[in-house]
Amino acid sequence: MTEPALIEIKGVTHAYQTATGPLPVLDNLNVSVPEGTFTAVVGPSGCGKSTLTKLIAGLLRPDRGEVWLHGERVKSPRKTVGMAFQNPVLLEWRTILDNVILPLEIVAPRMPKKDRIKRAEELLALVGLEGFEDKRPSELSGGMRQRASLCRSLVHKPDVLILDEPFGALDAFTREDLWQTMHELRRQEPFTSLLITHDLRESVYLADEVIVLSGRPATTQFVLDVDLPGERALDVLYQPKAVDYLATLRHQIQIAQGRATQEEAAQ
Amino acid sequence: MNSTLYKVGVPLAAAILFLLFWEWLVWVNGWPNYKMASPSDLVPAFWKYRLLFIENGWQTLWRTVVGLLLAVIAGTALGMVMGFSKLMRDALYPLLVGFNAIPKATVVPILALMFVGEHNLNTILIAFMISFFPIAVSVSIGLSTLEPEYRDILRSLGASRVTIFWKIALPKTLPEFFGALKVAVTLAFIGTNLMEIVSPHGRGLGSLFDSGKISADYPLMFAVLLALAFLGIVLYYIVVLLEKIFAGWAERAPG
Ligand SMILES: Nc1ncnc2c1ncn2[C@@H]1O[C@H](COP(=O)(O)OP(=O)(O)OP(=O)(O)O)[C@@H](O)[C@H]1O
Ligand SMILES: [Mg+2]
Repeated sequence: MTEPALIEIKGVTHAYQTATGPLPVLDNLNVSVPEGTFTAVVGPSGCGKSTLTKLIAGLLRPDRGEVWLHGERVKSPRKTVGMAFQNPVLLEWRTILDNVILPLEIVAPRMPKKDRIKRAEELLALVGLEGFEDKRPSELSGGMRQRASLCRSLVHKPDVLILDEPFGALDAFTREDLWQTMHELRRQEPFTSLLITHDLRESVYLADEVIVLSGRPATTQFVLDVDLPGERALDVLYQPKAVDYLATLRHQIQIAQGRATQEEAAQ
Repeated sequence: MNSTLYKVGVPLAAAILFLLFWEWLVWVNGWPNYKMASPSDLVPAFWKYRLLFIENGWQTLWRTVVGLLLAVIAGTALGMVMGFSKLMRDALYPLLVGFNAIPKATVVPILALMFVGEHNLNTILIAFMISFFPIAVSVSIGLSTLEPEYRDILRSLGASRVTIFWKIALPKTLPEFFGALKVAVTLAFIGTNLMEIVSPHGRGLGSLFDSGKISADYPLMFAVLLALAFLGIVLYYIVVLLEKIFAGWAERAPG
């Protein structure tokens, strides 16, 4: 057999304990993301996507099932993971540069300050934030903050990048800009990524594989292999193949939302 | 340069206008000194007792500051305990509120009896007791309302709780802490003076006020009030300065 995938989720079931009793969120979920690939996860709102990211990051322990990273069972958070959230959560009391450096202070406390700064500056330049290093987060626009947050998630060269709708709150142009930045970043320093999104175009443009989750409690409902060139320009989305993908995904989402059935999809 | 002029000039002008208005009010009504002394009567009072003012002012100041420092230490510690543990929060909050609701004027004689003659200790204790509540509450609320996402940034990298506290929770709580400290400063002053006025043979501006009362020296009494206000302003702005240094980031540019 080939070597195991970098991210391996095996039969994970999870429920939150709430005031009104347990709320099942994930139900026997299986996902595997091979090394170096980019997987997108889409699904109805509230189905458990953010919960999935917390399980992979080791912030939560599943009730049942196992999460493996790099052939090791995840029991607690690990330094080789990078995370970016829908809300950029930058620290207001730090400059943009110091915000980006933050993970290095934890992961590589002995790294010389000069090298840290150099690394952060390189990333900031890559996402077009050159010249904003000494600004405070409140002085940046939403899209710029999101770029900075992306740099922070990558600064320690994680081998797993978990993105929870990081582009969700942005306008369409900024979003498309950042999609291209993602491709650029991936070309420069390869990583394995799991992206949560509710934008189907985003999933097709960025991912090698798109997983559609069912409504809560979520399980894998459909998997789409995106057979497009690795380096993509935006107009790839207007090719017939991509249009087909989008139509398929759209339909699967409707099924997940309970608005259509598999039989209709087959027609 | 213009902005410093503005910053000093505007409040100074307001203070001068206030004193003029006071002077005018006393003059128009023809109030005698025992009813209301006017600012022009205070100048001789200040001059006559200048050494007493300096000595007692210092007494009041250092006791207030020590009481306040104790309140900061104890309040922050208690706030941390309550901020991090829901159990502790649920257990201690009612107690704390009840404690704060007790009028401190009633505690003054109790303390004075408890530590007879320990005048410094008594005074510091009252200043401490009256001022630590806002600090404890602000720290506990600041810590307990920290958005989980902020914690997750570092937790997802395997950072320890201590690291998360130093790098995230503490700085994020600082603006609230300084807000509470501003309230605590004035409260601590009230505490110090309560004790100084009540204690026999006391020291500090409170006792100077008391001796003015006994000898029916009304301008002296008003002069003490003015001196207290002045010290209060000085301490308050020291806190503002510290806030600017340590939590200046929380201040948004106007507009
Ligand atoms: N800490 C929690 N305690 C209790 N219930 C929770 C908790 N976090 C999430 N939930 C519930 O679990 C369900 C899944 O939440 P989750 O955040 O994983 O959804 P999501 O798929 O990311 O949604 P969205 O697309 O809106 O971001 C929701 O119904 C939510 O109310
Ligand atoms: Mg979510």
